[in-house]
Amino acid sequence: MQEFRYRQVRTVESAVRANGTYLAGGTTLVDLMKLNVLQPATVVDVNPLPLAQVEALPGGGLQIGAMVRNSDLANHPTVKQEYPVLSEALLSGASPQLRNMATTGGNLLQKTRCSYYRDTNYACNKREQGSGCSAMDGYNRMHAVLGGSADCVATHPSDMAVAMMALEATVHTEGPNGVRAIALRDFYVLPGTSPSIETVLQPGELITHVTLPAPPHGTRSHYLKLRDRAQYEFALASAAVVVQMHGKHLARVRIALGGVGTRPWRSPEAERALEGREATAGNFQKAAAAAMAGAKPLKYNAFKIELAKMALVRALETVTQMEHAG
Amino acid sequence: MSTSIIGAAVNRVDGPLKVSGQAQYAVDHKLENLAYGVGVFSTMGNARVVRVEASDAQGMPGVLAVLHRGNTPPLYRPAERLEHSRAGEIRPPFEDDQVYYYGQYVALVIANTLEQAQAAADKVRVQYDVRKPAVLLSEAPAPQGPPRVHSTRGDAAGAFESAAVKLDETYTVPVEVHNPMEMHATMAHWEGENLTLYVTTQGVLNYQKVLAEVMGIPVENVRVISPFCGSGFGGKLFPWPESMLAALGAQHLKRPVRVQVPRSMMFTTVGHRPLTQQRVRLGATADGQLVSMQHDVVQPTSMVDEYVEYCTGVTKTLYACENVEVRQDLVRLNVGTPTPMRGPGAVPGLVALESAMNELAEKLGMDPIALRLKNYAETDPGSKLPYSSKHLRECYQKGAEQFGWAKRNPKVGSMRRGNEILGWGMASAIWDAGRGGATVRVRLNSDGTARASCATQDIGTGTYTIFAQVVTEKTGIVLDKVQVVLGDSTLPPGPTSGGSTVTATVLPAIAKATDQAVQRVLQAAVMTPGSPFFAPHGTQAPKVAMTNGWVHEVDKPYSSGVPFEEILIARRLAALDGEATTGPDLANRERYAFNSFGAQFMEVAWDPGIARLRVSRALTVIDAGKIINRKAGTNQVLGAVVMGIGMAMFEEAIYDPRTGKPINNNFADYLVATNADVPELECIFVEYPDYHLNEYGARGIGEIGLAGVAPALAMAIYHATGVRVRTLPFRVEDVLGGERATIV
Ligand SMILES: Cc1cc2nc3c(=O)[nH]c(=O)nc-3n(C[C@H](O)[C@H](O)[C@H](O)COP(=O)(O)OP(=O)(O)OC[C@H]3O[C@@H](n4cnc5c(N)ncnc54)[C@H](O)[C@@H]3O)c2cc1C
Repeated sequence: MQEFRYRQVRTVESAVRANGTYLAGGTTLVDLMKLNVLQPATVVDVNPLPLAQVEALPGGGLQIGAMVRNSDLANHPTVKQEYPVLSEALLSGASPQLRNMATTGGNLLQKTRCSYYRDTNYACNKREQGSGCSAMDGYNRMHAVLGGSADCVATHPSDMAVAMMALEATVHTEGPNGVRAIALRDFYVLPGTSPSIETVLQPGELITHVTLPAPPHGTRSHYLKLRDRAQYEFALASAAVVVQMHGKHLARVRIALGGVGTRPWRSPEAERALEGREATAGNFQKAAAAAMAGAKPLKYNAFKIELAKMALVRALETVTQMEHAG
Repeated sequence: MSTSIIGAAVNRVDGPLKVSGQAQYAVDHKLENLAYGVGVFSTMGNARVVRVEASDAQGMPGVLAVLHRGNTPPLYRPAERLEHSRAGEIRPPFEDDQVYYYGQYVALVIANTLEQAQAAADKVRVQYDVRKPAVLLSEAPAPQGPPRVHSTRGDAAGAFESAAVKLDETYTVPVEVHNPMEMHATMAHWEGENLTLYVTTQGVLNYQKVLAEVMGIPVENVRVISPFCGSGFGGKLFPWPESMLAALGAQHLKRPVRVQVPRSMMFTTVGHRPLTQQRVRLGATADGQLVSMQHDVVQPTSMVDEYVEYCTGVTKTLYACENVEVRQDLVRLNVGTPTPMRGPGAVPGLVALESAMNELAEKLGMDPIALRLKNYAETDPGSKLPYSSKHLRECYQKGAEQFGWAKRNPKVGSMRRGNEILGWGMASAIWDAGRGGATVRVRLNSDGTARASCATQDIGTGTYTIFAQVVTEKTGIVLDKVQVVLGDSTLPPGPTSGGSTVTATVLPAIAKATDQAVQRVLQAAVMTPGSPFFAPHGTQAPKVAMTNGWVHEVDKPYSSGVPFEEILIARRLAALDGEATTGPDLANRERYAFNSFGAQFMEVAWDPGIARLRVSRALTVIDAGKIINRKAGTNQVLGAVVMGIGMAMFEEAIYDPRTGKPINNNFADYLVATNADVPELECIFVEYPDYHLNEYGARGIGEIGLAGVAPALAMAIYHATGVRVRTLPFRVEDVLGGERATIV
């Protein structure tokens, strides 16, 4: 770990003015500082900020403060009742200890678990633009099959963000240039030729809230995460599904996949393949095929394509068979 | 109570210290003026160190020294076989300028605080002359020299040729790492010529010897203290480089130095279970009689040591077969030195042998238990000696009954439960039952307490409790008045905690020492004026005994006597000691074959729609003689089964062939079983005391529980999925297709 300046701030304005790297739960930041992967000159501790509330929005929907802990959000009654996909995604992530520390803002911005990104002795374009990618011909079992480029195939590891993607969340920020609202689907950028740029956030921009629209009447949702062991592992593949049924038909469908993309992977292809159609195994299979049509396997992760399809099909089966939340 | 304490379910006597955080693990000891050493580890697997550039680090806050080959006196090598001492690695740190594996110590930074040392270690620049490392079996030069193991019985090759039914398969067990909760650590403290080491070890006496040899000082100048050990699993049998560097650093600075191995380096510098590639050929008659067994193992060792993972021993002893040939070859790779890991040899050996037996059973259309019974060894096939006590048949039968084996439909994928397919598997377990030498001192104190001491150690298995149990059984002094002192090289010599031998070794010595101490008290009772049993010269002394801690006349109730401490008080003694040494009982070794046995029964649940495999049931039946502490014994077996689940399903260190780094060297990426991966586990002991081994009939039970778990799971996985897992661990890609990371 390198020496750094530490500041604690109590207001959003002073946070933005402090012009440093924000420290929330620290479960990503401090971990990577210890590995010398991140070497911020100034760490701005935003834990005292008054952003730890989950509130119902007047016109429907939910506002989640950036500092709300993952465990609190997962167990919030409204989240469990109306956005089960989000609660399930959060509870499938990390471990209870980590979830007690991890925050909503920090979770959206967590870094990849790519082994080569995490070790400064390896070339990594995400860490050091232009140095090369060690994963391409390395051990890339955990890497992405969707959204990769010649420069980077690192998976975005968040479960929460996948659920929020399917819930069409909006990220609210405040920065040197004022406040703005960014649809989550526009928030993450593909690695392309500059994998170190992961989101549209500008330097110093602070996430203040995430908002979720009110779920349309009769919406059901579900998150399914597949991995080698039962707990405490990142997804090999996961699926977040949010559906509204009319009889046997799928009126509205939102789908996002995790563990397979360089960003939390919304799949309009799969949604199109389902909307207006009947909830049948055959249609689910078609949607899954559509979702993974563009997948490009690396040497050791070809199985993820099939696994992601399985996750999506099973999640759809589960969600269409369950009692809706009302 | 005096007889029932042996075999009862006893809480561990050190439990309260552990759960209240008072147990002192290696780095918990408080030393004044302690300095902190942090390693600089090679980031290359094969290189020559050209230069260690330490001037930046040297100038950083709190930095006291940057030690490396250029500025330290050479350490000596351990004497090994010449002195029965053993280090993890024969090559002491900094011996030459070669890097033999990733994670080798290149330098040690010592500073006033851990953080200062870590920060400075980051700033030490090492210039290497880099060569390509060889870390995969396929990259190793062909085995050199004669096979390290080669033994034949009958004509295995000939019998195989003419066998009616043949099986020829290769099984691969990957590198596994011990990674106990407590990382290896040493705090070294010199006072003049004397060196005291606070460590975490499975053998204080071997540690003492090795450190004396490496530092070039007489063994009596070294004291090793390790009252608690946050597990070892074999990884802490021998001292590793950090111990020598702590001693060297403390000598250099004339101040205590602590070196703790960081978690990432627990994958490299402190041993591992080596990869084994095992070819098994079995030949049988059409009705399942084994006529030939051949077991050939190729195994990597390090560049500096020859470590043989003796996988083929089980093949020579588990089944009655006239024609057996086993052979093991070593190749050298740029990896750290392998070391014993729970059930060394037998555990990976059984993965191959028992998997092959299960595959053969299928070929024969036979039930796997029937195949084993058909080839049941009534006497040890290798030595032809009778077994001291063998009840493996009963293990199979009890296990089958309890598990419901008769309801098995052997057809792949045939047993369903909802979305899931159930798979069942079984395998045998075998482990050596050994006994060595130990000296134990037992002291009966005038405050009514007792103390037992020995330079063995409790590595978390319950050794403290077993000492206390025997003293209680022999004296009737209640358990919590018995103090047990272990883990200090100044105590009477005791065994290393390895190979499941400590219990069988120390029991006779504790019993004899306790008897002796009691005899002395009884002697005092009749010799001492003021004692109610005093027999003045010329009078007939009453016959006395000790029961429930009271001395009394043998033919009267104990309550007619007095608490034993009153005798000591009457004689104005602080205490009376007994001391006894017992040995390995070599005569019996020539008459009997000693083994523990068991049978593993496993169930997996496979959800083919989402390629999800979980272990859903595990039953272990163990024949390990008399169980001294049912609670600790069960705990040993269940813990071992958890490790077996890890072995079959998750564990695998993956080396990057470009650098030699185990790429998953952390607990997020090297998967072990979590609680959620472990179903309700059941353990049954068939309890036949093995009185040929010791008077309590007890064998050790550290490793036997792990033996056979992985091959039983492999069979269950096949039964559920149709996929034979011959390279551990199972991976979803085995079913879904696609290339697995290369490890061989
Ligand atoms: C061993 C391990 C296993 C894990 N397993 C999983 C898993 O299975 N699934 C999963 O989804 N996650 C997993 N995680 C990741 C975990 O969810 C994240 O580390 C956590 O959510 C990050 O939140 P935090 O508050 O601790 O972020 P921090 O570490 O504090 O911050 C992370 C990043 O976000 C920035 N940041 C934080 N807050 C703000 C803000 N308000 N505005 C702008 N920038 C901000 C920080 O500067 C930093 O760059 C795991 C982590 C570990 C260590």
